[in-house]
Amino acid sequence: MNMRKKYISTCIAILAVLSGFTSWAQDSTGNNTASMTDTLRSNGKIYVVIAVLVTILFGLLLYIVQLDRKITNLEKNIKK
Amino acid sequence: MPILYETIRNLYFHVGMWFGMMIFFIISVVYAVRYLRTNNQLFDIYSVQYAKSGIVFGLLGLVTGSIWARYTWGAFWSNDPKQLGAAIALLIYFAYFVLRNSMTNNDKKGRVSAVYNIFAFAMLFPTIWVIPRLVDSLHPGGMGNPASFSEKDIDSRMRMVFWLGAVPGWTLLGVWITSLFIRLQILEEKNFEHA
Repeated sequence: MNMRKKYISTCIAILAVLSGFTSWAQDSTGNNTASMTDTLRSNGKIYVVIAVLVTILFGLLLYIVQLDRKITNLEKNIKK
Repeated sequence: MPILYETIRNLYFHVGMWFGMMIFFIISVVYAVRYLRTNNQLFDIYSVQYAKSGIVFGLLGLVTGSIWARYTWGAFWSNDPKQLGAAIALLIYFAYFVLRNSMTNNDKKGRVSAVYNIFAFAMLFPTIWVIPRLVDSLHPGGMGNPASFSEKDIDSRMRMVFWLGAVPGWTLLGVWITSLFIRLQILEEKNFEHA
């Protein structure tokens, strides 16, 4: 039962991500004028800066999560 | 530059990543040389962890560069010489870890990877410092132009924030994270010796 729940929720998550991508793809390839007026190109392109910042934040967070995992491993080894 | 608009602020982040990467690779090669001279295990740990941080910053530089390029140059990847050079340099450093992890003998591992580290560092010169400056590029500073941040590109206030704020800031953040990895690695070695 638990496995099945997990499976279903994973499928829903994948579907949600995919539908997001398709709408984004339609926006950027629909036609030329539409692609130049999407969110990331609006307002002096400030959202590009935000996208870059979010990327760096997530990248560094992933790096620190790796550190967390290594520490957990060491803790387990010390307990043994 | 009219196509950049407010994205010029990315200078603090995208270029800051690359400066962080260069500084970490320089620290890494210095410790590789010190390891070869003294055979001190500690220097090997320093060298490896700084190379790792350099790769993380380099990858972030590449990804942020792609995002920036998508909305200013029109494509995520346009085979710009600087993009290619940076990608090759990063691949060479990936090979450093492949080589390192392929060996089980600890002493041999340290020595071979330290020598390879020096080679990888030497390859940085043509791939990111020489070739992109010689050929025509979408990046500033191509075709033998003087420094990328000349008076025409950015004003002096931005330059001051970049050199006094962004570069030391990102580098110190990276050094701190790397020092955490180094401390953990030292503890692991000690734990391994006791076990």
